[in-house]
Amino acid sequence: MRMPLLALLAKEPAHGYELKILLEQIFGEAYPSPNIGQIYVTLQRLERDGLVRSQDVVQQTRPNKRVYELTDAGRVALAEWVDAPSDGPRIRDDFFMKLALSPLAGATDRLGLINRQRRDYLNQIRSLSSLAATAEPGVARLLVEGAILHLQADLDWLERCQEELV
Amino acid sequence: MTRTRPPAGATGGGPLLRACNVTKTFRADGVPVSAIRGIDLELHRGEFAAIMGPSGSGKSTLLHLLGGLERPTSGQIWLDGQRVDSLSQARWAMLRRRHIGFMFQFFNLVSNMTVADNVELAALMGGATRRQAKERRVELLEDLGLGAKADAAPARLSGGEQQRVALARALANRPSLLLADEPTGSLDSSGSQSVLRLLSRVHAAGQSILLVTHDARVAAGAERVISLFDGMVADDAALLPPLRPAATRATATQPGVARLGSSLPAVLRLRG
Repeated sequence: MRMPLLALLAKEPAHGYELKILLEQIFGEAYPSPNIGQIYVTLQRLERDGLVRSQDVVQQTRPNKRVYELTDAGRVALAEWVDAPSDGPRIRDDFFMKLALSPLAGATDRLGLINRQRRDYLNQIRSLSSLAATAEPGVARLLVEGAILHLQADLDWLERCQEELV
Repeated sequence: MTRTRPPAGATGGGPLLRACNVTKTFRADGVPVSAIRGIDLELHRGEFAAIMGPSGSGKSTLLHLLGGLERPTSGQIWLDGQRVDSLSQARWAMLRRRHIGFMFQFFNLVSNMTVADNVELAALMGGATRRQAKERRVELLEDLGLGAKADAAPARLSGGEQQRVALARALANRPSLLLADEPTGSLDSSGSQSVLRLLSRVHAAGQSILLVTHDARVAAGAERVISLFDGMVADDAALLPPLRPAATRATATQPGVARLGSSLPAVLRLRG
C-alpha cells in the first residue's frame, strides 16, 4: 500500500478518502477495495518516515481534512520503487505446501486435494471472466486478464502435480 | 458419473449422450496402447460441458468416439436413447449431418470451395433449403467476424480464421449436439472472445455442447468441467454461477468476501 499511495500523491496532494476513491477508479471492481483505516495508518507511517508531509485544511461545514503531499525524500523512494525489478514467480504457494506436506499429516488423498483446488480455480476464472466482460478497458481490465492468465498457469501446474505426485 | 439407470429406449427421455464403460485401445507397432480406460459419462439436453486434461489424457479420442469418428474397443455409446457404438460409418455420417456438429482440431475445410460454400454445404446436407443455408451462413460468419471473408478460399485465411469457419460449419445444421475439439486453439484473445460469445448463444438456444479445451477461460464458460487423466475421468465438477464482485483470493482482505471465497469448494457438487 505504501508505494501506490506515494505514486498517487506524486501527481497532486490529496486526503485519505480521495486516495481510496482513486485506487478504486484506477483498478476497478476486481481490486480489493482498500480499507480507509489502513490508508490513514499508512499515511501516518509515511509521514513518520519523512516521505510525505501533511497539513490540516479548514472546512466550513465539515471537520477539517488532512491533506498529504510528497516530500523530496518521497520522490526519491518512489523513483527507486519504479526502477527496481519486482518479485518473480511465486515460490511460496500455500496450496503446494498442503499438497507436498499433507501426507505427513495423514491425509493421503492427493487427487481429492488437487480436484478441489482445480474447481476453486475454475470458479475463480468464471467469476473473473464475467468481470472482464464489463471492466473498463485499460488498467482495470488488464488486472483481471492477468489474474486469469495466472490461474490458467496454476491449472497447468496442477496437472503437472497430478502427473508426478498422484 | 457411474449412474446405472437403464438406457432410455425412446427419443426425448434420458440424457442426450451416454457413454457406458467405454474403452479404446490403439495398436502402435503391434503393441496395444490404452487411450481410454473405462469412461462413464452422461451429457444432458441443453448442457454445456468442457473436457480438460493434459496432452495424451484421451480428450480428443473420447470426443472422436462420442462423435462416431472412431469405434470403441468395448463399452456402449447411446445418443438420444439410441445405441450408436455399433452403427456403420454410413449411418454415423447420416447422424452427424442431421444432429451433430463436429468441429475438428485441424479444421478439415474443403480447400477448393469458398468459405461461404463450406458453411452452406453443411447446412444443405443437414436438410436446410438453399435460402436457409445462406441465411445461416451469413449469420454465423457475421457472428464470428468473418463476414468479409465469405468468398475467400480457406487457404487464404489465417489459422484463426479457418478455425472460426470450421466452427461456423459445425453449427450450420443447427445441431442438437456440438462436439468441438480445441475450438480456440489457434485464436488470439479477441478471436476467443467471439467464439465464446457464439457458444453462449448456442447454449442459450438450447443446443448441447461438449468441447475439449486446454483454455481455462473457455472451460470456465461451460457449466461443467470433466477432467481426464490417463484415459479416465479424474474429476467431474459443476461450476458455480459467476460471483460479482469476484470472490477471488485477491479480495481475501475483506472478511465478508473472504468467507464467500473460502466456502466455494464446499458448495460444489459432484455429478452423478
